[in-house]
Amino acid sequence: MAKSKRKHQVTASVAMLPAFATALLIYIVCTGWTIWVSFTNSRLLPSSQFVGFAQYERLFANERWQISFNNLFIFGGCFLAISLALGLLMAIMIDQRVRFENMLRAVFLYPYAMSFVVTGLVWQWFLNPELGLQKMMRGLGWESFTFDWLVNPDYVVFTLVIAAVWHASGLVMAIMLAGLRGVDSEIWKAAKIDGIPAWRVYVSIVMPMLGPTVVTAVVLMSITVVKLYDLVVAMTNGGPGNESEAPAKFVMDYLFERGNIGLATAASTIMLITVLVVLAPYLYLKYGRPARAGHA
Amino acid sequence: MTMTVAATPSVARGPKPQRLTPARIGIYLFLFSAAAFFLLPLFIMVVTSMKTLEEIRQGSILALPLTLNFDAWVKAWTQACTGLECNGIQVGFWNSVKILIPSVIISIVVGAVNGYALTFWRRPGSNLLFAVLMVGAFIPYQVFLNPMIRFFSFAGLYSSLPGIILVHVIFGMPVMTMLFRNYYTNLPVELFNAARVDGAGFWRIFFDVILPMSAPIFVVAAILQVTGIWNDFLLGLVFAGRENLPMTVQLNNIVNTTTGEREYNVNMAATLLTALVPTIVYFVSGRWFVRGIASGAVKG
Repeated sequence: MAKSKRKHQVTASVAMLPAFATALLIYIVCTGWTIWVSFTNSRLLPSSQFVGFAQYERLFANERWQISFNNLFIFGGCFLAISLALGLLMAIMIDQRVRFENMLRAVFLYPYAMSFVVTGLVWQWFLNPELGLQKMMRGLGWESFTFDWLVNPDYVVFTLVIAAVWHASGLVMAIMLAGLRGVDSEIWKAAKIDGIPAWRVYVSIVMPMLGPTVVTAVVLMSITVVKLYDLVVAMTNGGPGNESEAPAKFVMDYLFERGNIGLATAASTIMLITVLVVLAPYLYLKYGRPARAGHA
Repeated sequence: MTMTVAATPSVARGPKPQRLTPARIGIYLFLFSAAAFFLLPLFIMVVTSMKTLEEIRQGSILALPLTLNFDAWVKAWTQACTGLECNGIQVGFWNSVKILIPSVIISIVVGAVNGYALTFWRRPGSNLLFAVLMVGAFIPYQVFLNPMIRFFSFAGLYSSLPGIILVHVIFGMPVMTMLFRNYYTNLPVELFNAARVDGAGFWRIFFDVILPMSAPIFVVAAILQVTGIWNDFLLGLVFAGRENLPMTVQLNNIVNTTTGEREYNVNMAATLLTALVPTIVYFVSGRWFVRGIASGAVKG
C-alpha cells in the first residue's frame, strides 16, 4: 500500500510538470531575464555589460516614452472612472425591476465578446470625421457639428477611452449586478419600513457592501489599461504623431522594429512594476490576510 | 470572484417598481440611451457593409441600404487584399481555426489536470506553484516576449503552428488552472477519498470520478478559451509566423495597410466576419459567458 501510494504521488508530480515548467521557465526565468537585460547595454543583441540604470535614464528621456507613459495615466484614469461609473449606473438601473432586462444585459455586454482589434476598427470608423458621427450629425441638419478628436493630437487619447469604455463597461455592469443581487433583500425591506429613500440606501448601505466587488472590477480594468496595445494598433496606430502611443506598443516597436532590446526591456520592466503596484493591495486583501470563510 | 458571479439570481431584488413615475421614465431613458451607445457602431457597420461605395459616399450613414447586397461580404471573404495577396479574410479565418482547436483542447485538458492535482494531490510546493501562476496571469506579455522568442527559436518552434499553440497553452494555463482548481475545491472530498480506499490511482480517479462531474466547468473553460484565443492579436502576431497569421492580425493588415481607395464596405464586412465567431459563442452561451469572463477576465 505504501509503495503504491508513493507511485501515485510520483504520477501526480509528473502530471504537474507542464505547470511547473511554465511557472519556472516563463514566469520566473523570462521575467528575470528581462529585468536583467534592462540593466545591460544591450541593443540589437543582448549584452552582458552591466550599466546600472542607464537604460532607464535613456527611457525616461525618450519623448515617445514620456507620451506613452503619460497616456497610461490619462487613459487609465478616465477609462477607470467612466467605465466604473457607467457600469455601476447600468447595474443599478437594471436592478430596478425593469422590463427587457435580459435584452438590455445582452446589448450592454456584447462588445466584450469582440476583440480589441474589432473594437478599434469599429470606433476608428465611427469617429472618423469624414465617415461617422460628424458626418451623421451634419447629415441630420446640424451643419456646424464638429467631432474630430480622432485626428486631434490633444484629444486623440480620449477616443481610445471611448472605445475601451464601449468594450468593457458591460463587464463592469455584469460584475456589479452580481454584487447587487447578492445584497440581502431584508435590507431593502428594512429601509422601506424606515422610510429611507432608495438612493440613500445605495450610497450608505449597498455601496460599502459592494467593496470587494468594486475592487475586483478595478483590478480587472487596471490590468486592461496596462496591457493596452491591440486597440491602439487598430484604431490610431499611435497617431497623430506619437500622441496616442502606449507603453505596451512602445515595447513592441522597440523590440521588433527598432531592435533596441535594452530600452524595450527597461520599458517592459516599468510595465511589470506598474502591474505589481496595482496588484499588491489586491493580492494582500485576497490572500495575504488570514483566510475568511466563504470566499472563492 | 468566480462564484459570486455564478450565483446571480435571475430576479431583480432592488426596490419595488411603482407605476410610470418620472423617475421610472428617467431609468428607461438612461437604459435605452446606453443601449443606443452600444448598438449604434454595430448598426452602422452592418448597414455600411451592405452598401455600394457610391451609396456610402452619397447617402446618410444611418440610411438603410437600397438593396440587400452581400457583394462586399463575398469580396471580403474571398478577395480582400493583404499587401499583394488577395485571397480574402478566409485565409485568416482558417488559420485561426487551425490555431484555435488544438489550443483550446490542450489548454483545457492541461488546466483540468493541474486543477485536479492541485486540489487532491497536494505536493510540497503546490501552493507556491499556484501562487506563481496566479501572479503570472497578471503580467503583461511584453515582459516575456524577448526571452520566449529565444527559447522558441532554440527549440525550432518560433513562427510555427505548434509554436503558437504552445504559447496559447502556456498563457492559458493560469486561468484554466484557477478555474478548475476553484471548481474541484467545491466538490465533496469524500468521493475522492472513497476512490482512494478502493485503490484507484491518479489517472483512474481523474477519468472515472472527477471528469464525469466536470461538464459545467468544461463549458465555462471552452467559452473562455474560444473567445480569448480567437480574439488574440499580440501572440498571433509575434509567434504564429507569416504562414499562420490569425484572423485578427490579417484583418488589421487588410484595413490599416491598404493603399489607394479604401473600400469601407469590404473592410466592415471583413471586420464583422472576424467578430462572428465570438459573437455566436456569446449569444449561444448566454449567462455562461458572464460566468466565464468574470472568472477569467484576469487574462485580458
